Parts: sequence; C-alpha cells; structure tokens
Amino acid sequence: MSAFGKREREALLAPILANNPIGVQVLGICSALAITTRMDKAFVMTMGVLLVTMLANVAVSLVRNHTPGSIRIIVQLSIIASLVIVFDQILKATLYELSLELSVFVGLIITNCIVMGRAEGYAMQNPPLASALDGIGNGLGYGLVLMLTAFIRELLGAGKVFGFVVLPLAKDGGWYVPNGMMLIAPSGLFIIAGLIWLLKTLKPELQDKD
Amino acid sequence: MSALERLLEKAGRAFEPGRPLARFHALFEATDTFIMTPPSVTRGASHVRDALDLKRMMTIVVIAMLPCIFMAMYNTGLQANLALDPAKAASLEGWRHDVMRLAGMGYSPGSVAACLFHGSLYFLPLYIVTLAAGGFWEVLFAVVRRHEVNEGFLVTSMIYPLILPATLPLWQAALGISFGVVVAKEVFGGTGMNFVNPALAARAFVFFAYPADISGDKVWTAIPPGAAVDGFSGATLLGEMRLLARPFGEQGYSWMNAFVGLEPGSLGETSALACLAGAAVLIATGIGSWRIMVGAVAGTAAMAIVFNAIGSQTNHWYAVPFWWHMVLGGWAFGVAFMATDPVTAPFTDKGRLIYGFLIGVLVVLIRVVNPAYPEAVMLAILFMNVMAPLIDFGFVKANINRRARRAGGHGQA
Repeated sequence: MSAFGKREREALLAPILANNPIGVQVLGICSALAITTRMDKAFVMTMGVLLVTMLANVAVSLVRNHTPGSIRIIVQLSIIASLVIVFDQILKATLYELSLELSVFVGLIITNCIVMGRAEGYAMQNPPLASALDGIGNGLGYGLVLMLTAFIRELLGAGKVFGFVVLPLAKDGGWYVPNGMMLIAPSGLFIIAGLIWLLKTLKPELQDKD
Repeated sequence: MSALERLLEKAGRAFEPGRPLARFHALFEATDTFIMTPPSVTRGASHVRDALDLKRMMTIVVIAMLPCIFMAMYNTGLQANLALDPAKAASLEGWRHDVMRLAGMGYSPGSVAACLFHGSLYFLPLYIVTLAAGGFWEVLFAVVRRHEVNEGFLVTSMIYPLILPATLPLWQAALGISFGVVVAKEVFGGTGMNFVNPALAARAFVFFAYPADISGDKVWTAIPPGAAVDGFSGATLLGEMRLLARPFGEQGYSWMNAFVGLEPGSLGETSALACLAGAAVLIATGIGSWRIMVGAVAGTAAMAIVFNAIGSQTNHWYAVPFWWHMVLGGWAFGVAFMATDPVTAPFTDKGRLIYGFLIGVLVVLIRVVNPAYPEAVMLAILFMNVMAPLIDFGFVKANINRRARRAGGHGQA
C-alpha cells in the first residue's frame, strides 16, 4: 500500500470544497469576519491557520496513542497554544506592521474552532501523514473562503486588491465611490453567508434536511 | 367580454404549462390579476372567506400613504425653491432644470404647482428606479422559484423612496433596494418570510455603505451646490436640534411647522400630519395595528419624560419634550407605516404593545445619548424587528403555562 492512498488524498482535497471548514462545517467564522477587510491580512491569517493546523495535527497525531482520554483537550490546547505563540513571534519579527494590525486575532488562532476541531476530530484517530494533509486541506479551505471574502471586501470597500489601486476612487479623481459597509463586520457575514448559500445551491447534497 | 379581457385570455394561453412561455407564467399572472379579479375560486372546505386579500391590503396601505407622497413632492419642491437664489435660477444645469424650463414652471416657492412639479422631478426618478431594480429581483426569483410575483413589493417600493433624501444618486437607490429585496426578503423565502422590513434594510444598506450621501446637512435639499441663497443651512430640524448650543426652548422653533412638515428631510418623512392621516386610514381599516402605534407613543413619552426629569447641563437634548420627538425625523412615518408591517411585528396583541413601546423607548434613548447616529427610528425598528419573535415566544409560552396550570398541571410546563 502506497503512502499516499485514498485516505490521504481525501484528507487533503475534501476540506477545500466538499467539506469546507467555513462553508460546510461552519467553523472559524469569527476570525473570517474580523480580518477580511484587506487581502494581505487575510493571507497572513490563512498562512497562520494553515501552518498551525498542520503542525498541531501532526503533533496531536504522534501522541494520540499515549494521550489519556480524560486530559486530551488540555494536551491538544498546549500544543496548539505553543505553535500559535511561535507563529506570533515570527510574525512580529518579520512583518511587524501587519502583526500590529492583526493584533489579537493571531493569538486567537488558539481558539479558532478549525484548529481544535481538526485536532480532536481527525488527528486523534489518524496517522501523522494523513493528519498533516488534513491540516493543510482545512487551511486551504479556510483560506479559499477568506481570500474570496477579502477580495470582494477590499475591492468594493477601498477599490484595491492586495493594496494596489484597481478602481480609482472618486475622491482621488477616479470614478469609484467606495462602499463603506464593506469595511465593517456585517458585510463579511453577508458575503460569507452568500458563499455558503451558493455552495449549498451548487451542491444540493450539502443542504440540511428539515 | 371586454377587449382587454379577450386580449389577456389570448395572451395567457402562451404561458400555460407545456407552452413555450410557461417559465414566465409568474409575469403573466401578476399582470392578469393586477388588472382583473382572479378567476380561481376556493373549492375545498372550511376556508376563511374574506374580501380582504393580500392585494387589497397592500393597495390600502399605498392609499394610506398618498398624503405622504403628495407632501414628499410638494415639500421637496418647496424646500428647493425656498433655498434657491432667484438670481442663479436661470443658470441651473441638468435634465431636471431643462424640463422645468420646458414646462415653464419657474421656481416660485409660493406656487403649489411649481413646487409639486419641481419635487416630482426628484421623487418620480427615485420611485421608478426602485420599481425597476426591485421589480427585476422580484420577477427573477419568481421565475426561478416558480411562484407568483407577490404584491408585497408594491408597498416596499412606495415606502423606500419616501425615506430617502431627494438628492440620493439613483444608482445607490438601486443598489439599496436590491440588497433589501434579495438579502432581507428573498433569501428567507419571499413575502411573508422576511424577518426585517425590506425597505428599512435597503435604507440601512445605503446608510452604512454611503453615509456621505444620506446624512449630514448637504443632502436634504434638492438644489445644486452653490445655487443656494446666502446663509442657507440645509440641516434638518433634527440635525439642528442635536447641535443645540443653548437650552431647548430659547430658539423659538415652531412645533406647528414641524408637525405640518414644511422643513428639509427625507422625502416623505417630514410631515407628521400626513403620516397621522395615513395612520388613521390604517387603523380604520384594521390593517395597521393600533396597539403598535399606541405602544410607540407611550414608549416615546415615557422615555422622554425620564430624560426631562434627569436633565443635563451639557446635552440639551435631555430637555426636549416628547411631543417634539414625535414630529422630528422619521418618527411619525416609521411608527405609522414601518413598525406596523404585519410580517415583521409580533403576532400577539400584548406583544404588539410591548414592541411599539420598546421602539419608542429606543428612539428617544438613541437620539438623546448616542452621539454617533443622528436619527434612530430606522435602527430602532430594525432592532425590534429582530426581537419580535422573542416577544411572541414569551407571550405564547406564558399562555401555555397559564392554561396548563388551569388544567391542573397536566399540560407541558
């Protein structure tokens, strides 16, 4: 049996669309609302969640057979918290300006439901390689929604993409009148809810039965 | 059979199931029942038979709004004509002023016809754009979901332009109503399923997306910048009173003026008198809940009296009496036409009283102590829209418990 079988492929690919952490599992919404006003912020956040989820999954998976069930959440949390602190320090050392703007949200990756959810729901039952791929897949799925939302919000709210002017603003002599609502949190919900609606319309098997 | 009837019947065949235009049956049905009485009759047993169907109900609401619509056009024209510097009237540009010149109406504030005409050139474009943009989404959803085009939009499209400033760019009005119809209504299943008032949601969208075009003191009077007489201030009475530098009562504002509503403001909101006439129609026909209106009056009075009693040296809003709160801003229009929206208000009678009361309390509370929002009616009603099911739940639950106790504790607690 090859190292990269059906299970590994599924772990990597399923969370990107069919089992998207935001769109289907509805996890990690809080940070998605807060940091999607600009694409660079969303990108750093995506990298953070992706790396932390991957490494935490590997670490949790490695100790899964030695972790007593009664204290497993504490074990998972210590692993995740340590990883987040490391990521936060690296960010402060390399991208100081951006780390100030992301402020508390990097620290809050510790409580990001996706990280905890994958450690508890997947890494505790699966070997390290599959767990690592699952972490990457969920990070990518989270990042996909995040980047899409941030793209819409930055473009409509400030006329920019990754900080580059795409739609010249009326106040700077251009023609575009920015939509101020895109810069406040409710618009993030409207867009994400719209994406979830779209996803569930395109894939009717994801709809809840009532 | 009249010629019109024959024409409709002939045209209707193309929309029947299996025919080429079957997909667009909703469009035909909407036109057909708008002009003619629906031919279908109830066949099953035990139905409520009432002449009051959704269509008639919505029509009555629009009739109740007629005074406001008239005031919207007259007052918008009047305010513009009053503010306009007569010396600059000849050099005004834009299609509206071309039309004015063509019609030979002039800009006399004293002439009712001239004011009405001037104002209609602002109201009608907003209304037409609202109908076109909102109607597009209505029909699209009706066709895709294969249901009939609903009459609910008739009222929404009439309320919406009345709560906008006359100078709002038309594309913003179109974006707003698109948001209101799609996100506040169709996403939840269409007319009767919306949990907030679509017209208010549309206005809230514009308010948060383009605050510069819907607040401040430049947008309420429909004249181009620079064409005003010297010393003209476009602030609404509400905006002016927010900035009171001296205790309330020293300015000599006329309550009667504010009540009649010949002042700058959103198109149809300024006249509490016109709203009162509309409220009378709604109450007399039983379509608007008097409980909600009475509750709102009581809530406004109670909260204003509390603030009057507390008093403040620095914030002169504290001293404004409740009868002033009721003629300022969008209070009268909101309470008469939007708080009473039967879909988004509670269904229980006591719930309606509480709902209205809390709207009144919130309006005064936000107006007096919140520095960020000049007007609170929109936000208060939207907030209470969201709370309405909770209020109902409480009263329904209490009723169940009471009856369970009466039955000797055998019911569900």
